[in-house]
Amino acid sequence: MNQTVKRFRYAMKRLAQAVPIVLAIIVINFFLLHLAEGDAAVALAGEAGSATPEYMAQLRQKFGLDKPLPVQLGIYLKNVLVFDLGFSFRHNMPVAELVFDRFMPTLLLMVSTILIAVGFGVLLGLLAASGLNTWRDTFISVFALVTYATPLFWVGLMMIILFALNLGLFPTSGMENFAAFHEGWDRVKDIAHHLVMPTITLSLFYLALYTRLMRSSMLEQAGMDYVTTARAKGLTERRIVFGHILRNALLPVVTMAGVQVGALIGGSVIVESVFAWPGLGMLAFEALFSRDLNLLLGIFLLSALLVIAINLVVDIIYSFLDPRIEVG
Amino acid sequence: MAFWRLFRRNRSAVFGLAILVAVLVLAATASMLFPGDPFKLAGQPMSAPGTNGFLLGSDTLGRDVASGIAHGAQTSLLIGALATVVAVMLGVVFGGLAGYYGGWIDDVLMRVTEVFQTIPSFLFAILIVAIIKPSISSIVIAIAVVSWPAVARLVRGEYISLRHREFVQACHITGMSDARIMLREILPNCLSPIIVAGSLMVATAILIESGLSFLGLGDPNIISWGFQIGAGRTVLRSAWWVCTFPGVAILLTVLAINLVGEGLNDALNPRLRERS
Repeated sequence: MNQTVKRFRYAMKRLAQAVPIVLAIIVINFFLLHLAEGDAAVALAGEAGSATPEYMAQLRQKFGLDKPLPVQLGIYLKNVLVFDLGFSFRHNMPVAELVFDRFMPTLLLMVSTILIAVGFGVLLGLLAASGLNTWRDTFISVFALVTYATPLFWVGLMMIILFALNLGLFPTSGMENFAAFHEGWDRVKDIAHHLVMPTITLSLFYLALYTRLMRSSMLEQAGMDYVTTARAKGLTERRIVFGHILRNALLPVVTMAGVQVGALIGGSVIVESVFAWPGLGMLAFEALFSRDLNLLLGIFLLSALLVIAINLVVDIIYSFLDPRIEVG
Repeated sequence: MAFWRLFRRNRSAVFGLAILVAVLVLAATASMLFPGDPFKLAGQPMSAPGTNGFLLGSDTLGRDVASGIAHGAQTSLLIGALATVVAVMLGVVFGGLAGYYGGWIDDVLMRVTEVFQTIPSFLFAILIVAIIKPSISSIVIAIAVVSWPAVARLVRGEYISLRHREFVQACHITGMSDARIMLREILPNCLSPIIVAGSLMVATAILIESGLSFLGLGDPNIISWGFQIGAGRTVLRSAWWVCTFPGVAILLTVLAINLVGEGLNDALNPRLRERS
């Protein structure tokens, strides 16, 4: 059997393993919805301003809320599978549509954050490990410790005070300057300008994580036998570090980047609400304020699915990076 | 005393402990230093630090920021500790059963753990608090529900490595019940990694709590650092101190707990020390 078929089978196997997790998350979602006080009928009647018992019963029947719980769960599962996530009464729009509209800004923020956090984390970890126990190492380690302990929203607010209000370098909030009617390249530049502070804020915490991970991973690899062999061959230190140690030390960082995606989504709720970045996190914050549970649960479900999808992709990338991993 | 000697070797851990003790003292003496409700209006609104009798200034409604920080220390430490205790208990039960029995019990429990680890945790915590209504107990539940899987994995690993040891076999021979072996014999032998994980978890719990109350999901009757920062957001331009000082308090407390946790790790698990 050739390598491609094996890889494909591995991907299929991982996909099959993800199915029960997806189902479990949908079921959790369903029960959370039921835990909440009042159902869709109460919400609708409230919006309409009139609520005779007959009208409520009619509404309940229409939404299937009078059926037993397992039947309702079945209906909910069926709806989710065709991406019907319910209706947001505040926005007067289907949840699925709202959520997809806000998906791109969040994706933009997350991708730029992962790139910055992994990139600088690897660099700083490398610098710290190669200058072990010098002032450089100490400085980087202290930096990582402090950023690891800082609440994201506070960093965001402090950056707004310093860079936006006092120095006027960056805009305080939003994703673009609508009033300027930028088009084409100018618009890209404008969005990038707005992206700087949210990205730095969101990446700081993960930067600390990757720096520490990269440092310990480099140190661990440096003690391996193959490094001794390389040194005995007479390779230069530079080639040992960049040609041998670095590639192996990167593997745990890649794994971690996949694992941390879930946490990144949580962080984006906070960062987006600090910088009024119009993504899923901001939408979640708005939904929280208007007590729009349907919407909140839709966002939750979509982000859980996103995490599963990204973990799947990371696993498959990983099997390419490290041929030792059994794909059969 | 032997423990203290080991702990003392890590100087940054001692530094962390000093900060932590200071925060504890602040929390304990909050009602003596700043008597009365921290929500009460204490004087001129928006006073800068050091003016009108406010050490760290006052907010938009004239509440004393310093008083809020002192009383908020109680909230943060209380929620951090309670949430950790609940999470550790959940994790010990799940991980212990999975590791001790193995087989299908292990499979089922680990699948459940995996689901909880996949769910974006902060978003899940927001949902739980929003659905059960913000209060100390709902915040504690939310933080515990998103934190226990890590403990469960740790405890499971420990139980798997200990369950076939001679002392456990000896317990089986004397006819001891499974529950007793799990709780009285195996558990004390894996306490040190649990203590280390738990101490670091307090720090994470405080960060989650501050995030929740920043978003307006704190207990409305109890002051907390996250709430103070959230309330000061709107006056960022004119009253920087309202947001700044509670944030410094969170930063110092979390940093101190992390340092103490690392010190405990070095002192309790010398084998696991991974620093060269």
